[in-house]
Amino acid sequence: MTEVVIAGIGQTAVGEHWEIGLRDLAYAAIHDALKDAGGLKPQALFVGNMLAPNLSRQAHVGVLLADYAGLTGIEAVTVEAAGASGGAALRQGYLAIASGMVDVALIVGVEKFTDMIGSEVDEALATTSDSDFEAVQGMTPTSQAALLMKRYMHEYNVPANGFAGFALTAHANGVANKNAMFRKAIKAETYAKAEMVSDPLNMFDIAPNADGAAALVLTRRDLLPSDFKNPLVKIAGSAASSDTLALHDRKDMLYFDTAQISAGKAMKQAGVVLDHINFFEYHDMFSIFAALQLEAVGFAIKGKGWKLAEDGSIGLKGKIPCATMGGMKARGFPGGASGVYQAVEAVTQLRGQAEANQIAGAKTGLIQSLGGPGSTAVSHILQSL
Amino acid sequence: MTTPQHQHSPTLLKPIKPVGIVGYGAYVPRYRLPAKEVARVWTGKSGGLPIKEKAVPGLDEDVITMSIEAARNAMLRAQIDPTELRAVWVGSESHPYAVKPTSTLVAEAIGAVPNTQAADWEFACKAGTEAMVAAMGLVGSGMGHYAMAIGMDTAQGKPGDALEYTAGAGGGAYILGPAEESLAIINASYSYVTDTPDFWRREYQKYPEHGMRFTGEPAYFKHVTEAATHLMEASGTTAKDYKWAVFHQPNVKFPQRVAGQLGFSAEQIEPGLLVGTIGNTYAGAAMIGLTATLDIAQPGDRILVVSFGSGAGSDAFDIVVTDKAPARQGLATKTREYIARRSEIDYATYVRFRGKLAMK
Repeated sequence: MTEVVIAGIGQTAVGEHWEIGLRDLAYAAIHDALKDAGGLKPQALFVGNMLAPNLSRQAHVGVLLADYAGLTGIEAVTVEAAGASGGAALRQGYLAIASGMVDVALIVGVEKFTDMIGSEVDEALATTSDSDFEAVQGMTPTSQAALLMKRYMHEYNVPANGFAGFALTAHANGVANKNAMFRKAIKAETYAKAEMVSDPLNMFDIAPNADGAAALVLTRRDLLPSDFKNPLVKIAGSAASSDTLALHDRKDMLYFDTAQISAGKAMKQAGVVLDHINFFEYHDMFSIFAALQLEAVGFAIKGKGWKLAEDGSIGLKGKIPCATMGGMKARGFPGGASGVYQAVEAVTQLRGQAEANQIAGAKTGLIQSLGGPGSTAVSHILQSL
Repeated sequence: MTTPQHQHSPTLLKPIKPVGIVGYGAYVPRYRLPAKEVARVWTGKSGGLPIKEKAVPGLDEDVITMSIEAARNAMLRAQIDPTELRAVWVGSESHPYAVKPTSTLVAEAIGAVPNTQAADWEFACKAGTEAMVAAMGLVGSGMGHYAMAIGMDTAQGKPGDALEYTAGAGGGAYILGPAEESLAIINASYSYVTDTPDFWRREYQKYPEHGMRFTGEPAYFKHVTEAATHLMEASGTTAKDYKWAVFHQPNVKFPQRVAGQLGFSAEQIEPGLLVGTIGNTYAGAAMIGLTATLDIAQPGDRILVVSFGSGAGSDAFDIVVTDKAPARQGLATKTREYIARRSEIDYATYVRFRGKLAMK
């Protein structure tokens, strides 16, 4: 099988786009990705979206976007796996191309949070948990993550502000990313003084919900013209895994099995080991998630993931750079688009186009998209060719 | 959708006959509810406070009585015969009656009836300044010699809501007349309006609702900035040409931030920035900011006033103080004197005064 390559990328700035609707937001990213891909014609569209039926009263987003982009007639579906929707859409596109059934696939991640506000958004987000056993108790993803973090801090004796490094790294990396929502570095004191949202999660432990759209054009290497302009990036490994939807059904709540299983499978397929991975785009919706992913993937032993943030290992010049363009915390959390943003950012790194944020000599990157507290994890290994 | 070309080069509203402010007056009720008292009841004192305290009307006060107080102060400064007023217009979002005008009562109380226009205006927090623009038209066209425009509110805040900290009471009244009789000349106005649903109260609802963060950038900041920028561009002025500026003041931060963005200093907005001690007076907020500024202004001072009404729009005014001002400033109670007249109340008294207890 010839390699599956990412031929084009596109993204909008992440933020509160009060005046731009779901379809226009997505179209901006589609337009840029198709242009970047130099005229490849998509045969299928896979949309990653989490909450449009709730927040924008719009289901059937695949068709909406295919039609709006002037691609009426092509295969078009929406893939939903909560926060992992973007990663899951990328995997569906990968499977389609790798199988040979589709030659060119368009992957679009889009989320439009600001069609609603306040508790309406919390209510919509809560639908991604177990409705009968979790959401019904009044639990939101944030309060659940707070419980998880509290348990983690208790089990592993993490000091107050022990998670600060995740936010500090993300914000430092967001400064040079023109598409990031927050482009301001923060100090440790700022983190320490931040208002508590859901103890022990303070404002800087939580990624901001934001509008955004990102797009990818996938094809097989042998279908590209010989003079194709973009540096080539291939999808060397792709895997997804699921766990119990409800957190309380887990044997060990402080270990994201899906993160371990999907990353392991993707690395095995790619033929890489941890040492080969030059950077890791984790799903830092909450700083506790980032710590648990670092542990599940194997960069840290259990209970020590937070140490990698504390000692600078996850910085751009660290042992395993993470959230290299700001991550969810600083770039923003555009829901079901997040996994596609991760891919766009990884491609930017692997093309050597990340400018101030460039990881020197980056050849291999791991991106991991989570739905809920690791109820879904989708992992991809991307490599420059 | 095509946008008509003229929207890109807005023209100012400039009356045929030059118009100015002949008299003005403010009113603020005496009761004060500290924001920390609201926090004590609702949040256990956590979080920052948007203001220090807000003015609360007494049991026998409403927009009608308060408008009469301000109107009488305006009449004291204007020194005109009330029967010469050809309009008494009151802008508010807390008119006591849904049907039956506030303005007829005010007109009656000050002796302006029966040969006058009277009507109530509604445009959230810019109803008062909208009435002022209309008064400019009435006087500037020569249809009437004087017209009165009032912006007054006893704002409603849902118990426990973010707006309960700031929803205050107060406002100002203005008598517009020929420029040659005026203590301040209104050179021009400009309004910027869009359909932006950031804050609303539907009929039969007791308390308004708001779009939280949506009330900021796309609503307040966009409209105030656009109105101010267009007015200044078309007038050939910059922030430096103004001695003072007044911006709609829903809290302390918003006017401070928008002033900075437009190039105004903290000193320029200081005289009119009252929200910290009387709360957001809604339709009265820009109006009373201007009365406080006129209280201290000197001949030649140029003043920029920009209101903001949710829904949404901003009215911007370019005003120059004349040499008639100093003699009239002391003819009625000054705005800061009303603010200094202060009786602190607790949350329970506030609940009683504002009728927040369901009695049946």
